[in-house]
Amino acid sequence: MDLDLPLIWAGVIALAVLLYVMLDGFDLGIGILFPFARSPRDRDTMMNSIAPYWDGNETWLVLGGGGLFAAFPLAYAIIMPALYIPILLMMMALILRGVAFEFRARGRTRGKAFWTGAFAGGSTVAALSQGLVLGGFIQGVTLEGEAFGGGAFDWLTPYTLLVAVGLTAGYALLGSTWLIWRTEDDLHGDARRWAWRAVIASAALLAVVSLATLFVHPQVALRWGFEDGAFDFARLTLLSPIPLLGLAGLSLVVWGLAKGGHVAPFLGSLTVFVSGYLGLAVGFFPYIVPYDLTFRQAASAENALGLMLAGLVILLPVILAYTVWVYWVFRGKVGADAGYH
Amino acid sequence: MEFDALLLSRIQFAFTIAFHIIFPSFTIGLASYLAVLEGLWLLTRNETFKTLYLFWVKIFALSFGMGVVSGVVMSYQLGTNWSVFSAVAGPVIGPLFAFEVLAAFFLEASFLGVMLFGWKKVGPGLHFTSTVLVALGTLTSAFWIISANSWMQSPSGFAGTVEEGLVAVNWLQVIFSPTFPMRLTHMVLAAYLTTALVVAAASAFRLLKDSSEAESAMALKMAIGMLAIVAPLQLLAGDLSGKDVLEHQPAKLAAIEAFWETRTEQAFHIAAWPDREIEGNHWELSIPKLGSLITAGSTDAEVQGLKAFAPEDRPPVFIVFWAFRVMVGLGLAMIALGAWGAWLAWRGRIVRSPTFLRACVAMGPAGFVAVISGWIVAEVGRQPYVIYGVLRTEDAVSPIGAGAVSASLLAFLVVYAIVFSVGALYILRLLAEGPVAGAHEPPPRQDRAPGTPLSAAPEDPGPPDKEDR
Ligand code: HDD
Ligand code: HEM
Ligand code: HEM
Repeated sequence: MDLDLPLIWAGVIALAVLLYVMLDGFDLGIGILFPFARSPRDRDTMMNSIAPYWDGNETWLVLGGGGLFAAFPLAYAIIMPALYIPILLMMMALILRGVAFEFRARGRTRGKAFWTGAFAGGSTVAALSQGLVLGGFIQGVTLEGEAFGGGAFDWLTPYTLLVAVGLTAGYALLGSTWLIWRTEDDLHGDARRWAWRAVIASAALLAVVSLATLFVHPQVALRWGFEDGAFDFARLTLLSPIPLLGLAGLSLVVWGLAKGGHVAPFLGSLTVFVSGYLGLAVGFFPYIVPYDLTFRQAASAENALGLMLAGLVILLPVILAYTVWVYWVFRGKVGADAGYH
Repeated sequence: MEFDALLLSRIQFAFTIAFHIIFPSFTIGLASYLAVLEGLWLLTRNETFKTLYLFWVKIFALSFGMGVVSGVVMSYQLGTNWSVFSAVAGPVIGPLFAFEVLAAFFLEASFLGVMLFGWKKVGPGLHFTSTVLVALGTLTSAFWIISANSWMQSPSGFAGTVEEGLVAVNWLQVIFSPTFPMRLTHMVLAAYLTTALVVAAASAFRLLKDSSEAESAMALKMAIGMLAIVAPLQLLAGDLSGKDVLEHQPAKLAAIEAFWETRTEQAFHIAAWPDREIEGNHWELSIPKLGSLITAGSTDAEVQGLKAFAPEDRPPVFIVFWAFRVMVGLGLAMIALGAWGAWLAWRGRIVRSPTFLRACVAMGPAGFVAVISGWIVAEVGRQPYVIYGVLRTEDAVSPIGAGAVSASLLAFLVVYAIVFSVGALYILRLLAEGPVAGAHEPPPRQDRAPGTPLSAAPEDPGPPDKEDR
């Protein structure tokens, strides 16, 4: 049997990034919402609701980056220098947000206030810079031969700023709906209010970003059936399940919010992210550096991909199994007095 | 010296990796120590072990957090600053990094949650299993990352050139490159030593205040036992590492020993002022013939000096020479401390010798200093190559501007300074409180929900039985 190793690995990396965005997305969302909490006690509960998971969630980012290095070294070697500033900004922000979990609990008065700010600021900046990375990636980079050949600020355009704001709103949606699911009382009520705002903002920004992408990238527009004012209806119909999935997700959020559902809004917002991600994938497949380098051109040696696949086949099911188990161990509401240990 | 993207990237890489390695050197050893403590507690039901576990697990949580965030930076920095290296080396050592993530990082990160917050959510058996898995995760992580680093030091099992691309031809030789076994041994022993020294220092500090604290006495004895056994082994492992260096990186060996001429009966320099400009040492304090004996096993052995290599192929000498002496000097001090402590323990006087306890406190940070010095020897001594004999560091750097790198370097300096000083403050504060106070949770206050990371320990582990002694 001949396996299409580059294709499999493109799928694996894409999955790792999607899982990262969804899982650390709600962690970051909680940091984004931190300033709006009523009391330090609510903030503690918000943090507690993710404390056992955040490290595992962030590890998907390491798999995304490390996996890109291992499976598509050429793409890694182009994208990382091209997006140098937003990536390092994201790193600094993730450092502050990560240590804040422990430091905030250790701090006394001033220390605690500082790390509360660091958690909120770190999460927000991390979300914004991930948006800049995403926008810069979609926009494409300047190549010189098979290396990055552009400038340090190429990534900074109105389009990337728009994506950054959009992604941040999306994370706030994930965070607020997670809180609806996992908390009670006042905080639960606040989370519902935050989720209403976040879902409206996310829906609007998702629409604007989608339109902007069609304008920024003629090739993407072509994929979706738009060409010079002309319009290929068959293509759009073929791809219509993707935006429809997004609409279904948004409806699920709204329905859950209106009906007082606890899990539905969170599931709905995850669905919105899956739809947006699929939408991107359709626009770029098979490019791994958009419209310059396909995943096949960037792929590592066959024997490296094969070796890693052997490891992956054994280890990924185990990882998924214990990840699910850890979520199961800490299931249920994180009430402030619920004796959560 | 020009502050171009290359030099700035080197400074940034050296700074961030040296910052990162501080935490693994401690968490690798501490995770194993915690597994032992919890196992002993389950086995003997002696509450002393539980109190110690609940105390050290908090310090672990703080250090591990800093280790994780600084590690994530490393995995992206290979691409942001060393993109040529990434593109060239990816097909060969990429899988080693991938296995590290899959086999180690997920394991550590996931079971860490259970270890810190699961005390009342899972049974003691599962909790202990989680601790053991975290400890195994840290060791697995060391295995793969050291494997990658050793391949860069002594590349084997590959074909091709930098221009046409490298591919692996024998994976076992890639993973188990010639210097890997000794390097891994040396690093894991270094981590155990670092942890033992910190535990000994913290316990000794408490005992100086209150010599009846049973928990600290127990921890001190465990740490000294570790030190007494592992410190001499480290000398042995280091000596064997040196033999690897002689065989695979003769220029590095010459730099370590400040040998300039190739000859038999090399003298051993206890101290010297090596200078690349004059291709010699300004002054030296030496023992005749001993250099050949130590490095090659016989006074008659011919050992290459730096002049045998073209000037552009020589590593910086001064820093390598002195970093090596710092490491070995501290290693010898550790052996002495271990032997002294073992002797006192045998005479039953260990907690009552203030001089010894003060020496333990003074040696607390020695492991970290030795680890960083050791890495400086290994990495600076490998220059001017990043993949030894294959790719030069100057050819490995990303096509980025000096401006972006200086901005990020500055940001790292600021962020790490804050994180490090605050983290150190919180850890030292906990250490000063000691295990008995530290293992107890303050009663839940109104403004703090239970289940904050603080309550990594249960609020009420029960009054620890204080042994009367
Ligand atoms: C000898 C051990 C050792 C060495 C040389 C390194 N690391 Fe490390 N690293 C660990 C031992 C370790 C660990 C014990 O597994 C850590 C440290 C503390 C911790 O919390 O986990 C870790 C954490 C850690 C993480 C976070 C893992 C997570 O999310 O849980 C990443 C991404 C890296 N490291 C990456 C690197 C890279 C790219 C390195 C080299 C360039 C590197 N480490 C050197
Ligand atoms: C963890 C302990 C480590 C420490 C303290 C350390 C330290 C250093 C130092 C001080 C340099 C600078 C040498 C110079 O520029 O003169 C360096 C270079 C380098 N090291 Fe390491 N290193 C460590 C581990 C690793 C590992 C595990 C890898 C990769 C798998 C690695 C890859 C590199 C690379 C790519 C360079 C070249 C860039 C440069 O010259 O700065 N190092 N390291
Ligand atoms: C006691 C005598 C010691 C000797 C003879 C010795 C020898 C060596 C040598 C020759 C190297 C270079 C290996 C290479 O570049 O390939 C090295 C590296 C290193 N040493 Fe030591 N060492 C000693 C003690 C210690 C101690 C006490 C520690 C820390 C607690 C330590 C930590 C390290 C580390 C972390 C490295 C870099 C990793 C490596 O290359 O293995 N060493 N040592």
